[in-house]
Amino acid sequence: MLSYEDLVVQAEKKNLKVGEIIILDQMEQLEQTEAQLRRRMSENLQVMRDSVASGLTGERKSLSGLIGGDAAKVEARRLRGESLVGETVSKAIARALSVSEVNASMGKIVAAPTAGSSGVLPAVLLTVEELYQAAEKDVITALFTSAGLGMVIADRANVSGAEGGCQAEIGSATAMAAAMAVELAGGTPRAGAHAAAIALKSMLGLVCDPVAGLVEVPCVKRNATGATLALAAAEMALAGVRSAIPIDEVIDTMEAIGRQMPCSLRETAQGGLAVTPTARRIHADFL
Amino acid sequence: MGKANVFDLLGPVMVGPSSSHTAGAVRLGAMARKIFNGEFTQVHIVLHGSFAETGKGHGTNLALVAGLLNMKPDDERISRSLELADERGLKLDFAQADLGDVHPNTVKFILKSTDGRQMEITGSSIGGGRIVIKEIDQFSVEIPGDYHTLVLLHRDLPGVVAQVTNLLAAAQVNIAQMRVSREKKGAQALTVVEADQKIDQDALALIRKLPSVVQAMAIEPLE
Ligand code: SF4
Repeated sequence: MLSYEDLVVQAEKKNLKVGEIIILDQMEQLEQTEAQLRRRMSENLQVMRDSVASGLTGERKSLSGLIGGDAAKVEARRLRGESLVGETVSKAIARALSVSEVNASMGKIVAAPTAGSSGVLPAVLLTVEELYQAAEKDVITALFTSAGLGMVIADRANVSGAEGGCQAEIGSATAMAAAMAVELAGGTPRAGAHAAAIALKSMLGLVCDPVAGLVEVPCVKRNATGATLALAAAEMALAGVRSAIPIDEVIDTMEAIGRQMPCSLRETAQGGLAVTPTARRIHADFL
Repeated sequence: MGKANVFDLLGPVMVGPSSSHTAGAVRLGAMARKIFNGEFTQVHIVLHGSFAETGKGHGTNLALVAGLLNMKPDDERISRSLELADERGLKLDFAQADLGDVHPNTVKFILKSTDGRQMEITGSSIGGGRIVIKEIDQFSVEIPGDYHTLVLLHRDLPGVVAQVTNLLAAAQVNIAQMRVSREKKGAQALTVVEADQKIDQDALALIRKLPSVVQAMAIEPLE
Protein backbone atom coordinates (compact mmCIF):
# COMPACT_ATOMS: atom_id res chain seq x y z
CA MET A 1 0.00 0.00 0.00
CA LEU A 2 1.21 3.51 -0.75
CA SER A 3 2.16 5.67 2.22
CA TYR A 4 2.58 9.44 2.40
CA GLU A 5 4.92 8.93 5.35
CA ASP A 6 7.18 6.91 3.03
CA LEU A 7 7.16 9.70 0.48
CA VAL A 8 8.08 12.25 3.14
CA VAL A 9 10.94 10.07 4.43
CA GLN A 10 12.26 9.59 0.88
CA ALA A 11 12.02 13.31 0.22
CA GLU A 12 13.88 14.09 3.47
CA LYS A 13 16.62 11.55 2.71
CA LYS A 14 17.20 12.78 -0.82
CA ASN A 15 16.63 16.39 0.08
CA LEU A 16 13.90 16.67 -2.55
CA LYS A 17 10.33 17.84 -2.56
CA VAL A 18 7.59 15.20 -2.41
CA GLY A 19 6.55 16.25 -5.92
CA GLU A 20 10.03 15.45 -7.23
CA ILE A 21 9.83 11.95 -5.73
CA ILE A 22 6.43 11.55 -7.40
CA ILE A 23 7.83 12.66 -10.75
CA LEU A 24 10.56 9.99 -10.52
CA ASP A 25 7.94 7.37 -9.71
CA GLN A 26 5.62 8.46 -12.51
CA MET A 27 8.42 8.52 -15.10
CA GLU A 28 8.61 4.80 -14.50
CA GLN A 29 4.89 4.07 -14.25
CA LEU A 30 3.85 6.13 -17.29
CA GLU A 31 7.08 5.57 -19.24
CA GLN A 32 7.51 9.26 -19.87
CA THR A 33 10.33 11.72 -19.38
CA GLU A 34 10.27 14.38 -16.68
CA ALA A 35 9.80 17.01 -19.38
CA GLN A 36 6.76 15.19 -20.80
CA LEU A 37 5.18 14.84 -17.37
CA ARG A 38 5.79 18.50 -16.57
CA ARG A 39 4.37 19.59 -19.91
CA ARG A 40 1.20 17.58 -19.36
CA MET A 41 0.81 18.98 -15.86
CA SER A 42 1.35 22.51 -17.13
CA GLU A 43 -1.47 22.00 -19.63
CA ASN A 44 -3.70 21.07 -16.71
CA LEU A 45 -2.47 24.14 -14.83
CA GLN A 46 -3.49 26.32 -17.76
CA VAL A 47 -7.01 24.86 -17.71
CA MET A 48 -7.13 25.58 -13.96
CA ARG A 49 -6.11 29.21 -14.55
CA ASP A 50 -8.72 29.61 -17.29
CA SER A 51 -11.47 28.11 -15.16
CA VAL A 52 -10.66 30.47 -12.28
CA ALA A 53 -10.83 33.47 -14.61
CA SER A 54 -13.94 32.37 -16.46
CA GLY A 55 -16.18 32.01 -13.40
CA LEU A 56 -15.23 35.40 -11.97
CA THR A 57 -17.07 37.19 -14.76
CA GLY A 58 -20.31 36.15 -13.06
CA GLU A 59 -22.05 35.41 -16.34
CA ARG A 60 -22.41 31.67 -16.01
CA LYS A 61 -25.55 29.84 -14.87
CA SER A 62 -25.94 26.16 -14.14
CA LEU A 63 -28.56 24.09 -15.98
CA SER A 64 -30.86 24.13 -12.95
CA GLY A 65 -30.38 27.87 -12.51
CA LEU A 66 -29.41 27.41 -8.85
CA ILE A 67 -25.74 28.18 -9.36
CA GLY A 68 -23.97 31.20 -10.78
CA GLY A 69 -22.79 34.67 -9.89
CA ASP A 70 -21.55 34.01 -6.36
CA ALA A 71 -17.83 34.13 -7.18
CA ALA A 72 -18.37 37.57 -8.70
CA LYS A 73 -20.15 38.78 -5.56
CA VAL A 74 -17.29 37.76 -3.28
CA GLU A 75 -14.75 39.24 -5.66
CA ALA A 76 -16.65 42.53 -5.84
CA ARG A 77 -16.75 42.84 -2.07
CA ARG A 78 -13.00 42.29 -1.85
CA LEU A 79 -12.39 44.85 -4.59
CA ARG A 80 -14.44 47.37 -2.61
CA GLY A 81 -11.95 46.83 0.21
CA GLU A 82 -14.60 45.43 2.52
CA SER A 83 -13.30 41.88 2.99
CA LEU A 84 -13.82 40.47 6.46
CA VAL A 85 -11.27 37.68 6.18
CA GLY A 86 -8.55 39.60 4.33
CA GLU A 87 -7.21 39.53 0.78
CA THR A 88 -5.74 36.03 0.73
CA VAL A 89 -8.70 34.12 2.07
CA SER A 90 -11.21 36.22 0.17
CA LYS A 91 -9.40 35.55 -3.11
CA ALA A 92 -9.29 31.84 -2.41
CA ILE A 93 -13.03 31.78 -1.69
CA ALA A 94 -13.89 33.63 -4.89
CA ARG A 95 -11.61 31.42 -6.96
CA ALA A 96 -12.99 28.18 -5.56
CA LEU A 97 -16.54 29.36 -6.21
CA SER A 98 -15.49 30.40 -9.67
CA VAL A 99 -14.17 27.02 -10.77
CA SER A 100 -17.13 25.23 -9.21
CA GLU A 101 -19.55 27.53 -11.00
CA VAL A 102 -17.75 26.85 -14.27
CA ASN A 103 -18.09 23.14 -13.58
CA ALA A 104 -21.79 23.39 -12.75
CA SER A 105 -22.43 25.35 -15.95
CA MET A 106 -20.74 22.84 -18.26
CA GLY A 107 -17.47 24.70 -18.57
CA LYS A 108 -14.02 23.15 -18.79
CA ILE A 109 -12.25 22.17 -15.55
CA VAL A 110 -9.59 19.79 -14.27
CA ALA A 111 -11.06 17.10 -12.02
CA ALA A 112 -9.05 17.54 -8.78
CA PRO A 113 -9.55 14.84 -7.72
CA THR A 114 -13.17 14.90 -9.01
CA ALA A 115 -15.30 17.35 -10.96
CA GLY A 116 -17.43 18.10 -7.88
CA SER A 117 -14.34 19.02 -5.86
CA SER A 118 -12.48 20.75 -8.69
CA GLY A 119 -12.50 24.22 -7.13
CA VAL A 120 -10.40 23.69 -4.00
CA LEU A 121 -7.01 23.00 -5.52
CA PRO A 122 -6.80 25.74 -8.16
CA ALA A 123 -8.11 28.29 -5.67
CA VAL A 124 -5.44 27.52 -3.11
CA LEU A 125 -2.74 27.10 -5.74
CA LEU A 126 -3.25 30.42 -7.50
CA THR A 127 -3.64 32.29 -4.24
CA VAL A 128 -0.46 30.93 -2.67
CA GLU A 129 1.44 31.28 -5.94
CA GLU A 130 0.54 34.94 -6.10
CA LEU A 131 1.33 35.62 -2.46
CA TYR A 132 4.78 34.02 -2.59
CA GLN A 133 5.49 34.93 -6.22
CA ALA A 134 6.29 31.28 -6.86
CA ALA A 135 8.04 30.30 -10.09
CA GLU A 136 6.03 28.27 -12.62
CA LYS A 137 8.38 25.31 -12.21
CA ASP A 138 7.73 25.17 -8.47
CA VAL A 139 4.00 25.51 -9.01
CA ILE A 140 4.09 22.45 -11.27
CA THR A 141 6.17 20.51 -8.75
CA ALA A 142 3.64 21.41 -6.07
CA LEU A 143 0.87 20.00 -8.27
CA PHE A 144 2.79 16.72 -8.39
CA THR A 145 3.03 16.80 -4.60
CA SER A 146 -0.71 17.18 -4.27
CA ALA A 147 -1.39 14.50 -6.89
CA GLY A 148 1.01 12.23 -5.00
CA LEU A 149 -1.06 12.62 -1.86
CA GLY A 150 -4.13 11.97 -3.99
CA MET A 151 -2.59 8.71 -5.22
CA VAL A 152 -2.00 7.63 -1.63
CA ILE A 153 -5.61 8.44 -0.75
CA ALA A 154 -6.93 6.62 -3.84
CA ASP A 155 -4.82 3.60 -2.90
CA ARG A 156 -5.62 3.42 0.83
CA ALA A 157 -9.19 4.75 0.55
CA ASN A 158 -10.96 6.32 -2.44
CA VAL A 159 -11.84 9.72 -3.86
CA SER A 160 -15.45 9.04 -4.74
CA GLY A 161 -18.51 10.49 -3.03
CA ALA A 162 -20.51 7.40 -3.97
CA GLU A 163 -18.04 5.24 -2.06
CA GLY A 164 -16.76 7.40 0.77
CA GLY A 165 -19.00 10.46 1.02
CA CYS A 166 -17.88 14.04 0.53
CA GLN A 167 -14.96 13.59 2.93
CA ALA A 168 -13.46 11.50 0.11
CA GLU A 169 -14.02 14.18 -2.52
CA ILE A 170 -13.77 17.65 -1.04
CA GLY A 171 -11.98 16.23 2.01
CA SER A 172 -9.28 14.75 -0.22
CA ALA A 173 -9.06 17.91 -2.30
CA THR A 174 -8.60 19.95 0.87
CA ALA A 175 -5.80 17.73 2.16
CA MET A 176 -4.11 17.77 -1.26
CA ALA A 177 -4.36 21.56 -1.37
CA ALA A 178 -2.98 21.94 2.17
CA ALA A 179 0.14 19.88 1.44
CA MET A 180 0.66 21.82 -1.77
CA ALA A 181 0.24 25.19 -0.07
CA VAL A 182 2.87 24.33 2.55
CA GLU A 183 5.37 23.35 -0.12
CA LEU A 184 4.79 26.50 -2.17
CA ALA A 185 5.10 28.63 0.96
CA GLY A 186 8.53 27.11 1.60
CA GLY A 187 7.58 24.56 4.26
CA THR A 188 9.19 21.14 4.61
CA PRO A 189 7.71 17.87 3.31
CA ARG A 190 7.05 16.92 6.94
CA ALA A 191 5.10 20.14 7.53
CA GLY A 192 3.14 19.38 4.35
CA ALA A 193 2.14 16.00 5.77
CA HIS A 194 0.96 17.64 8.98
CA ALA A 195 -1.07 20.20 7.02
CA ALA A 196 -2.71 17.41 5.03
CA ALA A 197 -3.53 15.49 8.20
CA ILE A 198 -4.96 18.56 9.94
CA ALA A 199 -7.08 19.35 6.87
CA LEU A 200 -8.41 15.84 6.37
CA LYS A 201 -9.18 15.41 10.07
CA SER A 202 -11.42 18.44 9.83
CA MET A 203 -13.34 16.90 6.96
CA LEU A 204 -13.88 13.41 8.41
CA GLY A 205 -17.46 12.28 8.39
CA LEU A 206 -18.63 14.75 5.76
CA VAL A 207 -21.47 13.13 3.84
CA CYS A 208 -22.34 13.40 0.16
CA ASP A 209 -25.88 14.76 -0.07
CA PRO A 210 -26.35 16.66 -3.32
CA VAL A 211 -29.74 18.34 -3.68
CA ALA A 212 -31.70 16.77 -6.55
CA GLY A 213 -28.60 14.67 -7.22
CA LEU A 214 -26.91 17.61 -8.93
CA VAL A 215 -23.30 18.69 -8.39
CA GLU A 216 -24.47 22.10 -7.24
CA VAL A 217 -25.84 22.31 -3.69
CA PRO A 218 -23.93 21.95 -1.34
CA CYS A 219 -20.97 21.16 -3.59
CA VAL A 220 -20.12 24.60 -4.94
CA LYS A 221 -19.89 26.36 -1.58
CA ARG A 222 -18.17 23.39 0.02
CA ASN A 223 -15.34 23.97 -2.42
CA ALA A 224 -14.97 27.50 -1.07
CA THR A 225 -15.00 26.43 2.58
CA GLY A 226 -12.66 23.55 1.69
CA ALA A 227 -10.15 26.01 0.20
CA THR A 228 -10.35 28.15 3.32
CA LEU A 229 -9.81 25.14 5.52
CA ALA A 230 -6.78 24.09 3.47
CA LEU A 231 -5.24 27.52 4.03
CA ALA A 232 -5.93 27.34 7.77
CA ALA A 233 -4.32 23.89 7.99
CA ALA A 234 -1.29 25.11 6.02
CA GLU A 235 -0.98 28.16 8.26
CA MET A 236 -0.88 25.95 11.34
CA ALA A 237 1.62 23.50 9.88
CA LEU A 238 3.90 26.29 8.64
CA ALA A 239 3.88 27.73 12.15
CA GLY A 240 5.09 24.38 13.49
CA VAL A 241 1.78 22.96 14.66
CA ARG A 242 1.81 19.16 14.46
CA SER A 243 -1.02 16.74 13.83
CA ALA A 244 -1.17 14.15 16.61
CA ILE A 245 -2.49 11.54 14.17
CA PRO A 246 -0.28 10.96 11.10
CA ILE A 247 -1.76 11.44 7.62
CA ASP A 248 -1.73 7.75 6.62
CA GLU A 249 -3.81 6.87 9.67
CA VAL A 250 -6.22 9.71 9.00
CA ILE A 251 -6.69 8.39 5.46
CA ASP A 252 -7.29 4.87 6.75
CA THR A 253 -9.88 6.07 9.20
CA MET A 254 -11.56 8.09 6.47
CA GLU A 255 -11.89 4.89 4.50
CA ALA A 256 -13.39 3.10 7.51
CA ILE A 257 -15.85 5.94 8.11
CA GLY A 258 -16.87 5.78 4.45
CA ARG A 259 -17.68 2.11 4.82
CA GLN A 260 -19.82 2.85 7.88
CA MET A 261 -21.76 5.55 6.05
CA PRO A 262 -25.20 4.43 4.98
CA CYS A 263 -25.92 4.40 1.26
CA SER A 264 -28.37 7.30 1.70
CA LEU A 265 -25.42 9.59 2.50
CA ARG A 266 -23.25 8.56 -0.40
CA GLU A 267 -24.33 10.48 -3.52
CA THR A 268 -27.76 8.88 -3.79
CA ALA A 269 -29.54 12.11 -2.79
CA GLN A 270 -31.62 10.10 -0.32
CA GLY A 271 -30.34 11.68 2.88
CA GLY A 272 -28.73 14.74 4.41
CA LEU A 273 -29.40 18.09 2.78
CA ALA A 274 -30.99 16.35 -0.20
CA VAL A 275 -34.09 15.38 1.81
CA THR A 276 -34.74 18.72 3.53
CA PRO A 277 -38.14 20.24 2.68
CA THR A 278 -36.51 22.96 0.59
CA ALA A 279 -34.37 20.46 -1.31
CA ARG A 280 -37.45 18.39 -2.10
CA ARG A 281 -39.19 21.49 -3.40
CA ILE A 282 -36.19 22.40 -5.56
CA HIS A 283 -36.12 18.87 -6.91
CA ALA A 284 -39.83 18.89 -7.73
CA ASP A 285 -39.67 22.32 -9.38
CA PHE A 286 -36.75 21.46 -11.54
CA LEU A 287 -37.84 18.09 -12.83
CA MET B 1 -8.14 -1.11 -12.92
CA GLY B 2 -4.43 -0.61 -12.59
CA LYS B 3 -2.76 1.65 -10.08
CA ALA B 4 -3.90 5.25 -10.38
CA ASN B 5 -1.40 7.76 -11.75
CA VAL B 6 -0.99 11.50 -11.10
CA PHE B 7 -3.21 12.42 -14.02
CA ASP B 8 -6.07 10.34 -12.66
CA LEU B 9 -5.94 12.46 -9.50
CA LEU B 10 -5.36 15.81 -11.21
CA GLY B 11 -7.38 15.16 -14.30
CA PRO B 12 -9.02 14.48 -16.58
CA VAL B 13 -9.60 17.84 -18.16
CA MET B 14 -13.33 17.76 -18.79
CA VAL B 15 -16.46 19.77 -19.15
CA GLY B 16 -18.53 19.58 -15.95
CA PRO B 17 -20.47 19.00 -13.92
CA SER B 18 -20.09 15.28 -13.37
CA SER B 19 -17.53 12.72 -14.46
CA SER B 20 -20.14 9.95 -14.56
CA HIS B 21 -23.13 11.91 -15.88
CA THR B 22 -21.29 14.23 -18.26
CA ALA B 23 -17.79 12.99 -19.20
CA GLY B 24 -18.87 9.33 -19.18
CA ALA B 25 -21.97 10.21 -21.20
CA VAL B 26 -19.83 11.86 -23.90
CA ARG B 27 -17.73 8.71 -24.08
CA LEU B 28 -20.85 6.53 -24.39
CA GLY B 29 -22.08 8.59 -27.32
CA ALA B 30 -18.67 8.45 -28.95
CA MET B 31 -18.52 4.69 -28.48
CA ALA B 32 -21.97 4.21 -30.04
CA ARG B 33 -20.75 6.22 -33.02
CA LYS B 34 -17.66 4.05 -33.37
CA ILE B 35 -19.67 0.84 -33.10
CA PHE B 36 -22.20 1.95 -35.72
CA ASN B 37 -19.23 2.79 -37.92
CA GLY B 38 -20.94 4.81 -40.62
CA GLU B 39 -23.25 7.72 -41.31
CA PHE B 40 -26.40 7.88 -39.22
CA THR B 41 -29.21 10.39 -39.48
CA GLN B 42 -31.52 9.42 -36.67
CA VAL B 43 -30.93 8.42 -33.05
CA HIS B 44 -33.46 7.36 -30.47
CA ILE B 45 -31.97 7.69 -26.95
CA VAL B 46 -33.44 5.86 -23.96
CA LEU B 47 -32.30 6.99 -20.50
CA HIS B 48 -32.44 4.69 -17.49
CA GLY B 49 -32.14 5.19 -13.72
CA SER B 50 -30.02 8.07 -12.52
CA PHE B 51 -29.42 9.13 -16.14
CA ALA B 52 -33.18 9.60 -16.45
CA GLU B 53 -33.64 11.20 -13.02
CA THR B 54 -30.73 13.63 -12.78
CA GLY B 55 -29.64 13.69 -16.39
CA LYS B 56 -31.25 17.02 -17.13
CA GLY B 57 -29.27 18.88 -14.47
CA HIS B 58 -26.05 17.17 -15.45
CA GLY B 59 -26.46 17.84 -19.14
CA THR B 60 -26.43 14.10 -19.78
CA ASN B 61 -28.56 14.41 -22.91
CA LEU B 62 -26.25 17.15 -24.26
CA ALA B 63 -23.22 15.02 -23.43
CA LEU B 64 -24.57 11.88 -25.11
CA VAL B 65 -25.30 13.83 -28.27
CA ALA B 66 -21.90 15.53 -28.13
CA GLY B 67 -20.33 12.09 -28.14
CA LEU B 68 -22.47 11.04 -31.09
CA LEU B 69 -21.09 14.12 -32.88
CA ASN B 70 -17.57 12.92 -32.12
CA MET B 71 -16.73 15.43 -29.40
CA LYS B 72 -14.39 14.61 -26.53
CA PRO B 73 -15.28 15.13 -22.84
CA ASP B 74 -13.30 18.40 -22.75
CA ASP B 75 -15.05 20.00 -25.72
CA GLU B 76 -16.65 23.30 -24.72
CA ARG B 77 -19.27 22.92 -27.45
CA ILE B 78 -20.92 20.11 -25.45
CA SER B 79 -23.52 22.49 -24.02
CA ARG B 80 -24.53 23.43 -27.59
CA SER B 81 -24.59 19.89 -28.95
CA LEU B 82 -28.34 19.82 -29.62
CA GLU B 83 -28.11 22.87 -31.89
CA LEU B 84 -25.07 21.41 -33.63
CA ALA B 85 -26.90 18.13 -34.20
CA ASP B 86 -29.79 20.06 -35.64
CA GLU B 87 -27.50 21.98 -38.00
CA ARG B 88 -26.11 18.69 -39.24
CA GLY B 89 -29.59 17.32 -39.83
CA LEU B 90 -29.31 14.66 -37.15
CA LYS B 91 -32.78 13.75 -35.86
CA LEU B 92 -32.90 12.97 -32.15
CA ASP B 93 -35.51 11.92 -29.71
CA PHE B 94 -35.26 11.07 -26.04
CA ALA B 95 -37.25 8.72 -23.86
CA GLN B 96 -37.02 7.38 -20.32
CA ALA B 97 -37.48 3.72 -19.53
CA ASP B 98 -36.58 1.04 -17.05
CA LEU B 99 -33.95 -0.99 -18.87
CA GLY B 100 -34.00 -3.70 -16.21
CA ASP B 101 -31.25 -4.91 -13.93
CA VAL B 102 -28.51 -2.62 -15.20
CA HIS B 103 -26.20 0.04 -13.75
CA PRO B 104 -28.11 3.19 -12.68
CA ASN B 105 -26.29 5.27 -15.28
CA THR B 106 -27.35 3.42 -18.38
CA VAL B 107 -28.44 4.52 -21.85
CA LYS B 108 -29.66 2.75 -24.94
CA PHE B 109 -29.05 4.23 -28.40
CA ILE B 110 -30.95 3.16 -31.47
CA LEU B 111 -29.07 4.52 -34.46
CA LYS B 112 -30.48 4.57 -37.98
CA SER B 113 -28.98 5.46 -41.34
CA THR B 114 -30.86 6.73 -44.39
CA ASP B 115 -30.44 3.41 -46.15
CA GLY B 116 -32.31 1.65 -43.35
CA ARG B 117 -29.41 0.21 -41.38
CA GLN B 118 -30.29 0.14 -37.68
CA MET B 119 -28.36 -0.77 -34.56
CA GLU B 120 -29.17 -0.90 -30.84
CA ILE B 121 -26.34 -0.15 -28.45
CA THR B 122 -26.61 -0.09 -24.65
CA GLY B 123 -23.90 1.13 -22.29
CA SER B 124 -23.28 2.31 -18.74
CA SER B 125 -21.19 5.04 -17.18
CA ILE B 126 -19.54 3.32 -14.25
CA GLY B 127 -17.75 6.17 -12.47
CA GLY B 128 -14.86 8.55 -12.98
CA GLY B 129 -15.76 8.88 -16.67
CA ARG B 130 -15.19 5.19 -17.33
CA ILE B 131 -17.80 3.38 -19.39
CA VAL B 132 -18.72 -0.06 -20.56
CA ILE B 133 -20.82 -1.08 -23.55
CA LYS B 134 -23.15 -3.84 -22.33
CA GLU B 135 -25.26 -4.80 -25.30
CA ILE B 136 -25.09 -4.60 -29.09
CA ASP B 137 -28.20 -5.66 -30.97
CA GLN B 138 -29.44 -7.80 -28.09
CA PHE B 139 -26.11 -9.52 -27.56
CA SER B 140 -24.52 -9.06 -24.15
CA VAL B 141 -20.98 -7.72 -24.40
CA GLU B 142 -18.48 -6.09 -22.08
CA ILE B 143 -16.54 -3.40 -23.97
CA PRO B 144 -14.84 -0.66 -21.97
CA GLY B 145 -13.47 1.05 -25.08
CA ASP B 146 -9.85 1.10 -23.90
CA TYR B 147 -8.60 -1.28 -26.58
CA HIS B 148 -8.98 -2.04 -30.26
CA THR B 149 -11.90 -4.42 -30.11
CA LEU B 150 -13.10 -7.16 -32.38
CA VAL B 151 -16.67 -8.32 -31.95
CA LEU B 152 -17.50 -11.61 -33.60
CA LEU B 153 -20.81 -13.34 -34.02
CA HIS B 154 -20.14 -16.91 -35.01
CA ARG B 155 -21.47 -20.43 -34.89
CA ASP B 156 -20.47 -22.08 -31.65
CA LEU B 157 -18.29 -24.82 -33.12
CA PRO B 158 -14.91 -26.15 -32.03
CA GLY B 159 -11.92 -24.35 -33.50
CA VAL B 160 -13.56 -21.09 -34.56
CA VAL B 161 -11.89 -19.03 -31.88
CA ALA B 162 -8.52 -20.61 -32.64
CA GLN B 163 -8.88 -19.76 -36.34
CA VAL B 164 -9.56 -16.16 -35.46
CA THR B 165 -6.65 -15.86 -33.05
CA ASN B 166 -4.36 -17.37 -35.68
CA LEU B 167 -5.44 -14.78 -38.22
CA LEU B 168 -4.87 -12.03 -35.67
CA ALA B 169 -1.44 -13.37 -34.81
CA ALA B 170 -0.55 -13.46 -38.50
CA ALA B 171 -1.62 -9.80 -38.74
CA GLN B 172 0.74 -8.97 -35.83
CA VAL B 173 -2.18 -8.16 -33.54
CA ASN B 174 -1.52 -8.94 -29.90
CA ILE B 175 -4.56 -10.06 -27.91
CA ALA B 176 -4.95 -8.40 -24.52
CA GLN B 177 -8.16 -10.12 -23.50
CA MET B 178 -10.86 -12.32 -24.91
CA ARG B 179 -14.37 -13.21 -23.77
CA VAL B 180 -16.78 -15.69 -25.30
CA SER B 181 -20.47 -15.61 -24.51
CA ARG B 182 -23.04 -17.86 -26.06
CA GLU B 183 -26.76 -18.25 -26.12
CA LYS B 184 -27.08 -22.02 -26.35
CA LYS B 185 -24.40 -24.62 -26.66
CA GLY B 186 -23.81 -25.33 -30.32
CA ALA B 187 -25.83 -22.32 -31.42
CA GLN B 188 -24.42 -18.85 -31.96
CA ALA B 189 -21.69 -17.38 -29.81
CA LEU B 190 -20.36 -13.89 -29.43
CA THR B 191 -16.66 -13.37 -28.91
CA VAL B 192 -15.12 -10.06 -27.90
CA VAL B 193 -11.39 -9.72 -28.47
CA GLU B 194 -9.47 -6.77 -27.06
CA ALA B 195 -6.19 -6.12 -28.80
CA ASP B 196 -3.20 -3.85 -28.41
CA GLN B 197 -2.99 -3.04 -32.13
CA LYS B 198 -5.47 -1.88 -34.71
CA ILE B 199 -7.35 -4.67 -36.45
CA ASP B 200 -7.03 -3.54 -40.06
CA GLN B 201 -9.44 -4.07 -42.96
CA ASP B 202 -7.38 -6.91 -44.45
CA ALA B 203 -7.40 -8.95 -41.26
CA LEU B 204 -11.09 -8.22 -40.80
CA ALA B 205 -11.84 -9.38 -44.36
CA LEU B 206 -10.03 -12.67 -43.76
CA ILE B 207 -11.93 -13.20 -40.50
CA ARG B 208 -15.23 -12.51 -42.26
CA LYS B 209 -14.38 -15.19 -44.81
CA LEU B 210 -14.20 -17.90 -42.14
CA PRO B 211 -17.17 -20.21 -42.76
CA SER B 212 -18.40 -20.15 -39.15
CA VAL B 213 -18.25 -16.37 -38.79
CA VAL B 214 -21.65 -14.74 -39.17
CA GLN B 215 -20.62 -11.16 -38.47
CA ALA B 216 -17.42 -9.38 -37.48
CA MET B 217 -16.79 -5.80 -36.57
CA ALA B 218 -13.72 -3.91 -35.47
CA ILE B 219 -14.15 -1.02 -33.05
CA GLU B 220 -11.53 1.63 -32.45
CA PRO B 221 -10.71 2.55 -28.86
CA LEU B 222 -11.78 5.84 -27.32
CA GLU B 223 -8.97 8.34 -26.91
S1 SF4 C 1 -21.62 16.57 -1.88
FE1 SF4 C 1 -21.20 14.76 -3.09
S2 SF4 C 1 -21.42 15.43 -5.24
FE2 SF4 C 1 -21.17 17.27 -3.96
S3 SF4 C 1 -18.96 17.64 -3.98
FE3 SF4 C 1 -19.40 16.46 -2.14
S4 SF4 C 1 -19.01 14.36 -2.82
FE4 SF4 C 1 -19.22 15.57 -4.70
